Amino acid sequence: MAKQILRINMNDLSAVYEDVPEKWAKWAGRGLTSSIIADEVDPTCHPLGPNNKLAIAPGWVSGSPAAPSSGRTSFGAKSPLTGGIKEANSGGLSSQKIAKLGLAAIIIEGMPAKGKWYEIFIDKDGVKFEDAADLLGKGMYETAKLMWGKYDNKPAVIGIGPVGEMKLSNAGISVNDPENSPGRYAGRGGLGAVMGARGIKVMIVDDKGGPGVEVADKELFKIGRKKVAEAMGEHALTKKEGGLWQFGTNVLMNIVNEAGGLPTRNFSAGQFEGAAKISGETVKENIEARGGVGAYHHACHPGCIMQCSSIYPHEDGSEFVSVIEYETAFSLGSNCGIDDIEYIAQATWECNDIGLDTIEAGNAIAIAMDGGHLEFGDTDGALKLFDEMRNGTPLGRVLGQGVEATAKAFGVYRVPTVKGQSMPAYEPRAIKGIGVTYATTVMGADHTAGYTIAPEIAGVGGKVDPLDNTAKGELSLTFQAATAFIDSTGYCLFIAFPVLDIPEGWAGMAESVAGVTGLNITGDDVLTIGKEVLKIERLFNESAGFTPADDRLPEFMRDEALPPHNVKWDMEDEVLDSVFAWVHD
Amino acid sequence: MKIIKVDVRVFATLRRYMPGYAIGEAKAIELPDGTTLEELRAQLKLPLDEVKVIMRNGIQAELEEKIEDGDRIAYVPAVGGG
Repeated sequence: MAKQILRINMNDLSAVYEDVPEKWAKWAGRGLTSSIIADEVDPTCHPLGPNNKLAIAPGWVSGSPAAPSSGRTSFGAKSPLTGGIKEANSGGLSSQKIAKLGLAAIIIEGMPAKGKWYEIFIDKDGVKFEDAADLLGKGMYETAKLMWGKYDNKPAVIGIGPVGEMKLSNAGISVNDPENSPGRYAGRGGLGAVMGARGIKVMIVDDKGGPGVEVADKELFKIGRKKVAEAMGEHALTKKEGGLWQFGTNVLMNIVNEAGGLPTRNFSAGQFEGAAKISGETVKENIEARGGVGAYHHACHPGCIMQCSSIYPHEDGSEFVSVIEYETAFSLGSNCGIDDIEYIAQATWECNDIGLDTIEAGNAIAIAMDGGHLEFGDTDGALKLFDEMRNGTPLGRVLGQGVEATAKAFGVYRVPTVKGQSMPAYEPRAIKGIGVTYATTVMGADHTAGYTIAPEIAGVGGKVDPLDNTAKGELSLTFQAATAFIDSTGYCLFIAFPVLDIPEGWAGMAESVAGVTGLNITGDDVLTIGKEVLKIERLFNESAGFTPADDRLPEFMRDEALPPHNVKWDMEDEVLDSVFAWVHD
Repeated sequence: MKIIKVDVRVFATLRRYMPGYAIGEAKAIELPDGTTLEELRAQLKLPLDEVKVIMRNGIQAELEEKIEDGDRIAYVPAVGGG
């Protein structure tokens, strides 16, 4: 059975199944959500108004039998945080279940009558709408638990917390994991506010009895998936007992600190004296010492063999939070001058529950600290700010809008944003290639959009000097193109580490996509296809009013030298302008 | 012979080869002047195939480089994430 598009209209609570139009036939994941938004959303519309849409799509190989680590769901819309096109993707249960229902994508459009909120249930028999008034104000932990109590078959729970209901620009979309913890987020860019603006508190996806995912060429798929799995099993970072398996993404904390690129105290230094205390090594030590439900490796979706997630326990062994990512430990930790891992665990739980992107939330608190509202390192004061956001106080609503709004409220000029989105855990003054990615990607400052950290810090996919500006435009574009492809596959972006270093893995990634879809592609086509996605997104942003002036890092990074290397951002504007010049060729 | 003093750190999966040091804690080592990063790696018994990157004073370095007095050195295994 050919895949279908499920179109849900919140104006009249209708749900229609449509054939996938020819123009979208080859796309999935990010390629599909960005195509839908580019084709159907007016680039000049208000992100929270009736003309924006939310597109949700599993990747090409999601839901196919035994494709390893392939549970990513792409969420796309015009972003209230950046004003541009946005794709944010998440792990958790949703991707495989949407795919197994035979759906290429779910498109949500329209807005219900003011004040009306809905719970949407999707299974093989169709779509049901229920009034969600009794869920309003609830956090995602309680919401996810209630949904698993109400519905059978351990369904995917896609929801928004209180800040999504308030339609704040730092609201993410939560997806539950196999244990029904809601800590998987399509976090960045305020897509939770777009979902909230459609009047949806939660969507439940149950794939039981669904048609499953057709595989066009079973033999080719088998060959491809085996190569990907073998590359992952071989690479020191992704294999069992490897760096990600043991320490998660927070394996990076000590290393980036050593490289002088760990943003500290609102991007005023590149090294943090407390880095070791909030590192992945510390998290693992605590997990091992506390026992109980703690686990230092954990799969965020069925079939993940990297298992970079973890479950952090309280001292008594009961569940505290899943998961303390490197990004989370930086934004809530070093960037706030905080070296208390228990605070970071609690603040991560708050973000998961309230519905906040952890990067933007921590960075906004760092701005409030820089602006004198509280001292750097003040964990008690910071926890109170989460209460302000949860309760929607005027201060909480400012913080929930993210870094730029908070900086204006507190008169702070050191504002580490691009296109309205704040920077993740790599200082661009000390790691130049990632600065090019932050500046030029349509997503706003986003490390995942073109992760040049691989060669600049980790020695993956070659070795490049992070402090040198040379050829960083080309490097960033190559990574942005590869990422746009991988974000369309449904594979976790972290397969990039093994497939960049192991050529058979790269080929296998393309072959597994070709095997499932019947598309005639090989590893040689990956960057070309990725660039097609980038072009669609770039043209949307141009129509929305973005110009080269938006592809710049903030002024203070050109003026202030960053210790310990005492480096400024000195990339020439011509380099930044060259990255996407090909779009108009 | 001149003796130089350096601080060495190892992280993540390499920590098991330098037991007895807290996370992020440096081991102070005295070496003959002219020692290379490769010779120090061998002295510390860090397997070559597990050392992905070496940092010297926060800057990526090559194995054949000579160590200087006061250097801060880190041997780094495969890392990544985001």
